[in-house]
Parts: sequence; C-alpha cells; structure tokens
Amino acid sequence: MIQTISTSHYLILAAALFCLGMLGVLIRRNALVVFMCIELMLNATNLTFLAFARERGDDLGHLSAFFIIAVAAAEAAVGLAIVISVFRARGTVNIEEIQSMKH
Amino acid sequence: MNAEQVLFWLFSVCTLVAASGVIFARNPVASAMSLVATFFFLSGIYVLLWAHTIAALQVLVYAGAIMVLFLFVIMLLSLTDSGPVLHFTPSRIAGGVAVIALFVSLTAVFRKLPTAELTWVGDAAKLKNFGTIQHLGEVMYTQWLFPFEAVSLLLLVAILGAVVVAKPRI
Repeated sequence: MIQTISTSHYLILAAALFCLGMLGVLIRRNALVVFMCIELMLNATNLTFLAFARERGDDLGHLSAFFIIAVAAAEAAVGLAIVISVFRARGTVNIEEIQSMKH
Repeated sequence: MNAEQVLFWLFSVCTLVAASGVIFARNPVASAMSLVATFFFLSGIYVLLWAHTIAALQVLVYAGAIMVLFLFVIMLLSLTDSGPVLHFTPSRIAGGVAVIALFVSLTAVFRKLPTAELTWVGDAAKLKNFGTIQHLGEVMYTQWLFPFEAVSLLLLVAILGAVVVAKPRI
C-alpha cells in the first residue's frame, strides 16, 4: 500500500482552478483573456479526469484528457479566428462593446 | 511531510497564484505568460498523479502550440492595457458571489469523499502499465480508434474554419 496525497486534495485543487477560470470569464472584458480563462477551466477538467484515473487505476481517464487537449486546440484556433474577425469589423475586442446580437 | 506532499503543495500554490495572474494582470501579454506558468506547474501536478504522458503533452501542446497561437493573436491585434481590470458592476459582483458559492459547495462535497487507499497498486502488472505511452497508444489505436479519428477530423475542420473566418478575402 502506498501512502499518497488523497484524491480529494486534487479535486479541491481542480475546483479552485475551475472557479478562478469562471471568475475570469465573468469579470474580464477582454475577449482574449476570456479565452485564456476558458483554457484554465478545461485544464481543471483534465485534472479531475487524471485524479479519478489514478483513484480507479484505469488510465482511460488519461485518454479523455488527451481528447480534451485536442478539442481545446480546435476551440482555440476557431475562437481566435473569430476574435480576429470581430476585431477587423469593430476595432475592439471588448466584449461589452460587441452586443449587436442583443435583440 | 514526505517529498510528494512538499511537491504537491508547492505545485498547487504556484498553479493557483499563476492562474490568479491570468485573471488580474492588466496586460494581455502578462496574462498569457501567467497562463504558460500555470500549464507548467499543472504538468508537475500531472506527474504527481502518475500521468507522465499527459504531462509531456500538456507542455508540448498547451504551453507550446496553443500559447504561441494566443501570443500571435495578441501581437497581431497589438492590444494595450485597457482601463482598470476591476470595474465593479452589479452583474460582476453577482458573478463573484456565484463563483465563491460554487467553490464552497464543491469543496464541501469533495471533503466528504471517502479517502480510500489505492487498492489496485498491489497489482504489479497494472502498476507497470499505468499511464505509459505504450499502453495509452495501444488502447487509443484499438479500442478508441473511432474517437481518435473523429478528433483528427475535428481538427481538420477547425483549421479550415479558422482560415475561412480569419481571412478577409479567400
């Protein structure tokens, strides 16, 4: 039996990371920083997958983390393209000034 | 305190400090640099979770490729500091309260989890294979082949979509 840091420690760290990312999404106005905070939240999810993978001794959680990394890369590529396109049209990346889809 | 505990607390405190840097830095470039630091410290945490392969991927893909993409866009748009970071409005305060409430409730739940010993560690063959790139590769190219191909298709679509959206004229 190996004495290690318990899974709940890792889960609380993941919760803290997710909440920091969520706080950033809610309070920041720069669209790029909002994207970075979404990456933080995705990383918190990865940490949860890896913590439970070790708890259960089943490394399929590692594969889930791998797929999340791949999807995050796709999300970053498309999202940043949209930011560039919006900046070209409006001259700003402030998400409070981009509200033409509001009714 | 053994070495694992020291490393865990070191990496988690550094991760959270760097993540706060992402949110509270005024300059987007400083945010991006804090995000790189977060990814590095988090990959240390992944190693502590015996996920060496994912830790390497984290550094290569996140801290390498994705962050370069972010920095390219920041420099392309030549963004400068834009006013104060914290500008309190009712919706922001409500958001902050919601985040704190979420964290408190998640922590309350996670603290109640039973702290089970890792019973599977006794299985030497399983421990030897756990999280190795060989075992992950075997599973990925047999059992998870279809999701793998689907993700490769998704990446192709994302690349094409990014080019179509970002280019003014094709």
